[in-house]
Amino acid sequence: MTVQHPIPAAPASKIPATLSPGRLLTIENLTVGFNGVRVLRGIDLTLARGEALGVVGESGSGKSVTWLAALGLLPKTAEVSGSVRLDEDELLGLHASRLNRVRGGRVAMIFQDPSSALNPVIRIGRQIGEVLARHQGMSGASVRAEAKRLFDLVGLPDSARRIDAYPHELSGGQNQRVMIAMALAGKPDVLIADEPTTALDATIQAQILDLLTTIRKETGMALVLISHDLGVVSETCERIMVMYAGGIVETAPSNLIFETPRHPYTQGLLAAVPPFEGAVERLVPIEGQVPHPANMPTGCAFAPRCSRHMSECEKIVPPLKSIAAGRASACLAEEGAQAERHSSPIKSMSA
Amino acid sequence: MTENIVELQAISKSYATRRGLFGRRVPVRAVDEVSLSLAKGQTLALVGESGSGKSTTGRVALGLERADTGCVLFRGTELPAADTRAWRRMRAQMQMIYQDPLAALDRRLTVLDQVREPLDIHEIGSASERNDKALAMLGAVGLNASHAGSLPSELSGGQRQRAVLARALIMRPELLICDEPVSALDVSIQAQVVNLLMDLQKEMHLSILFISHDLKVVRQISQRMAVMYLGRIVECGDTKDLLANPAHPYTKALVSAVPVAGGRTRERIILTGEPPNPAARPTGCAFHPRCPVARPQCASVSPAVTTLSNGRSVACHAVEIAPTFMGAEA
Repeated sequence: MTVQHPIPAAPASKIPATLSPGRLLTIENLTVGFNGVRVLRGIDLTLARGEALGVVGESGSGKSVTWLAALGLLPKTAEVSGSVRLDEDELLGLHASRLNRVRGGRVAMIFQDPSSALNPVIRIGRQIGEVLARHQGMSGASVRAEAKRLFDLVGLPDSARRIDAYPHELSGGQNQRVMIAMALAGKPDVLIADEPTTALDATIQAQILDLLTTIRKETGMALVLISHDLGVVSETCERIMVMYAGGIVETAPSNLIFETPRHPYTQGLLAAVPPFEGAVERLVPIEGQVPHPANMPTGCAFAPRCSRHMSECEKIVPPLKSIAAGRASACLAEEGAQAERHSSPIKSMSA
Repeated sequence: MTENIVELQAISKSYATRRGLFGRRVPVRAVDEVSLSLAKGQTLALVGESGSGKSTTGRVALGLERADTGCVLFRGTELPAADTRAWRRMRAQMQMIYQDPLAALDRRLTVLDQVREPLDIHEIGSASERNDKALAMLGAVGLNASHAGSLPSELSGGQRQRAVLARALIMRPELLICDEPVSALDVSIQAQVVNLLMDLQKEMHLSILFISHDLKVVRQISQRMAVMYLGRIVECGDTKDLLANPAHPYTKALVSAVPVAGGRTRERIILTGEPPNPAARPTGCAFHPRCPVARPQCASVSPAVTTLSNGRSVACHAVEIAPTFMGAEA
């Protein structure tokens, strides 16, 4: 199901995103700290059934930590608080044995480097068989038949023979297909893909993104695609969430965020990417660098690098506020700019 | 015609690899009859996927690897053999930077020490002059005196790459070979380093061989580009023209696979199949098993490089047949 969910004009609350009855996953005020240093500073988001959400951010933005924390995959030393609910079931603090039924089952996750996620000394057919036995209760010949069906589904060539291959006998793109097949083996409601194509070549990346879209259409599962590449999420996802220094700065439908980015960071990010069409002009980088988590500015984390920086920005952490239907931005300057916008249309960015 | 700073003439390079732990040694042709030339003060981009031989080509151009056949001309004269005195003298004129700046820097030396080191080795000027020179170079790449006293671990990724750049440029080389220099950097920082590289090129009249898989950055930085596939150049020409009108079917797929934020204006070509193994190179045209326009001849005859009317060179049977069609677009 890939319907655009109607978004009620959010009340003054801080929860901007979809609040439709098809809500699958709800994250409220999720924070993560390591040794007293907060790296995730209160994330609120909801994911609808069947939705494709793109999460974009640079290194240290917290885009991966959000999902690792939600699934209890962080080391024990991490201080996690807040709430993560799958339907009505709280996942945070859930006992490992019950969490294991969710992970790999209703929620699956794949990572950047497939060859390090797979066990190098076990044949891929047996590795996927483990998932099928654990989550589907299959055994014997049915495991092999289902493994072959899944390998065919993800387009692994010559699947009948490849079932007995070791990961090193496959290419990076093929191993990522195996990972996706293993993720699908638990019949997940949501697949969380953390930079799934970053380690792959361009033509193979195109194949894998195409595959994710096809599978989503066929199975109706939701997809969370985490990437540093705006282009990658733009083509695969319906809704985009931009993160910076451990917080969400903007969320919007995919088509709108690239036409009319609202948050200065999103605007800066789009302007920094060399365009692939039109005249070549000097790039506009975002000056400065991401603040260190232990050394976070008091107000808005982006203020020191922001072109629309005001004095209040140094005092107040801007809340994520609804600015239009389905759109939210965490910027103080945005509120003042809202009125002018009617007269001066925002320059559209081609990136 | 402008002078060429470096010229590769039909270079080939093979490595031996074993099939399995105790297997027979099999030669792998990493680079196969590659000819390229880089004009003075210009940037030539070398693009291709992993295993295409683009890094090996860069290393051969620098003399770090000796080509099995063919020759490398630097300013019109043949590059001396590696590790000879003549080569070492020439090496001050040609420098290389890599993707991972942390691996390229010494973790226990301050940034200033590392940037000054080439001057120390070549014994240029007095000790205090060297220090001043190194500090000036750091200033030119946007690092200040407080960065100079830092260890690499105390700098961010972008700052480290600036330090690497300062060290490479301190001997005022004429040729800079960059192997994926901005791939590991975040987008906002990548733009800073790309701008810096272009500014320094103008100031120092640098010639750059820019090895990358990122076509957006290549479009930004280079005047000419060459596309490699399994050790061979399949297409070469003016960057903007080549990316706007790719002629080779592989280049077409590569260009269409570039993820573009916002509306997509061209249709994406999804190639079937996996990138082939360099150790098991297909016969004929290496691209034919994945090629959407392959014909029977492609499986047996390797296509020769043809030059089209617009100065573009392409190695493809399908293009050879309709050169006028391609020329019309120029």
